[in-house]
Amino acid sequence: MTTTRLGPAHRLDAGRVRDLVARVTGDEKHDPSAHSTLDVVRVLYDQVLHVDPDAPDDPDRDRFVLSKGHGPASTYAVLAARGFFPEYWLDDVASWDSALGHHPDRTLVPGVEIGSGSLGHGLPLAVGMALGLRVRSPARVVVLVGDAELDEGSNAEAIQVAGRFALGNLTCVVVDNRSDGHGWPGGVAARFAVEGWTTTDVDTRSDDGLAAALRRAEPDRPTAVVVDTTRVATATGRTVTA
Amino acid sequence: MRGPGTSAGPDLDMRTRFYAELDPLLDAHPDLDVVLAVIGAAQLARVADRHPGRVVDVGIREQAMIGVAGGLALTGRRPVVHTYAPFLVERPYEQLKISLGHQDVGAILVSIGASFDASAAGRTHQAPADVALVAALPGWTVHVPGHPDEVAAILRAEAGRTGRVYVRLSGQRNERPRPTDGRVHLVRDVADGPGAAPAPLVLAVGPMLDTVLAATADLPVRVAYTATPHPLDAVGLRRLAGPTPALAVVEPYLEGTSAAAVAAALADRPARVVHVGVPRDVELRRYGSPDDHAAAHGLDVAGVRRRVETLVPRRVGSSSSGRQSELPT
Repeated sequence: MTTTRLGPAHRLDAGRVRDLVARVTGDEKHDPSAHSTLDVVRVLYDQVLHVDPDAPDDPDRDRFVLSKGHGPASTYAVLAARGFFPEYWLDDVASWDSALGHHPDRTLVPGVEIGSGSLGHGLPLAVGMALGLRVRSPARVVVLVGDAELDEGSNAEAIQVAGRFALGNLTCVVVDNRSDGHGWPGGVAARFAVEGWTTTDVDTRSDDGLAAALRRAEPDRPTAVVVDTTRVATATGRTVTA
Repeated sequence: MRGPGTSAGPDLDMRTRFYAELDPLLDAHPDLDVVLAVIGAAQLARVADRHPGRVVDVGIREQAMIGVAGGLALTGRRPVVHTYAPFLVERPYEQLKISLGHQDVGAILVSIGASFDASAAGRTHQAPADVALVAALPGWTVHVPGHPDEVAAILRAEAGRTGRVYVRLSGQRNERPRPTDGRVHLVRDVADGPGAAPAPLVLAVGPMLDTVLAATADLPVRVAYTATPHPLDAVGLRRLAGPTPALAVVEPYLEGTSAAAVAAALADRPARVVHVGVPRDVELRRYGSPDDHAAAHGLDVAGVRRRVETLVPRRVGSSSSGRQSELPT
């Protein structure tokens, strides 16, 4: 563990953030799988990342890189909850006058670090960010990819480069909802481990458990956190596989 | 084609001059980094030692190379990215579009190989479409230097800027350097007859200049030069082309690459324009030398002359030779 800066504790209310997501999606029901990414993003911005909505361009801010840009509703909701932009922006996503699209554009949205949508760009960009920040800033780079997104060969290149360059300031969160059509024999984490990453498998049943995994960092190697979002807690606290 | 050491700097080829410039550039610009995909890493080993952490070789991973450059730029760095043209532009083309352009960040991409420097290597190492592809993306500047001194001048200027830049190095070069200010410069004038329309204009891009000068030595045409075909200096071209232009554009890459820009520049006047470049309809499945390829593509002295001659009015009983004067540039 090398995190020396005090961790944030904003205590974003999970229910309120879900309501904000619903304002984007128009979805009154709270579909568990749709909110698996939300848990990761909410916990990151609640308990892990050092970011300040009043200084979104602070050079020492932590970077959250949403590579899997085709599901930005949760990120938009969390950024709005943290005050990066007004909540009413969530009400007309992808309209002509909206800065928020179905894929995010970093030049339009405060707090959004990359424009994404085409799969396989976020992890290579995050590797470059980590190289640029290393030895110059205490900032961490946390990139979120999907298990199906890992199909893109650009990710394999980036996983290899990050391992060879021992990027201790880089974390890759893989949201594993088993959406990859061909699967990952031996598991997703093995793809990172063989390239020298430290890996953690976690699920979304506990915010504290998720936060602990996302805070983990080692100085001499990048970190992969594989989040199994098919195991969810029910209202009674029982774990089921979705 | 190689000159007798008329350049102000060391008389190196463009590629070697690029490598030699990086060390002082890294000293002068603390935000500059170099991103490689093996090509150039051996030549830059000492530069890498002198600037720890600032020369990054990602291995033979060109998608990661551009992605890393984009990420560096997102943290305020100024990446110089370098490999063979097909692997810098064509293989990671979507990365140019998304990891650089869509992120609204800059980089200096420096390619070698040009259209057919690697004639003996075959099609895989040839990229005549590179400039057309880069120019199809918003916000790029394309420099095609014609001399190693121009390479140095372009690099020094662009290192201090923030934009997206493609610098196309070539084994073909002119004998002497020309300006690199992005403008179109008249290199050779020809006297008009009394009351006559201006003589046809030949715009040579980068290393095509000496070929164009040789090809037109006894033709009544004016010759202009630019090392920056994109964005094209439309104002300068209009001024030189005159009210009823007869123009040839000679480019060392895909024929007609600059056609849209030239057409837009001359849209307000009746113009006759010939575009000379690497033909786009046939893959040349031959090896040999770059000179062999230039000849096959009509980009040698004889080929360029044949195309430019079509712009020269035939006058019965008069010499085709006008009064020419070389201009200091």
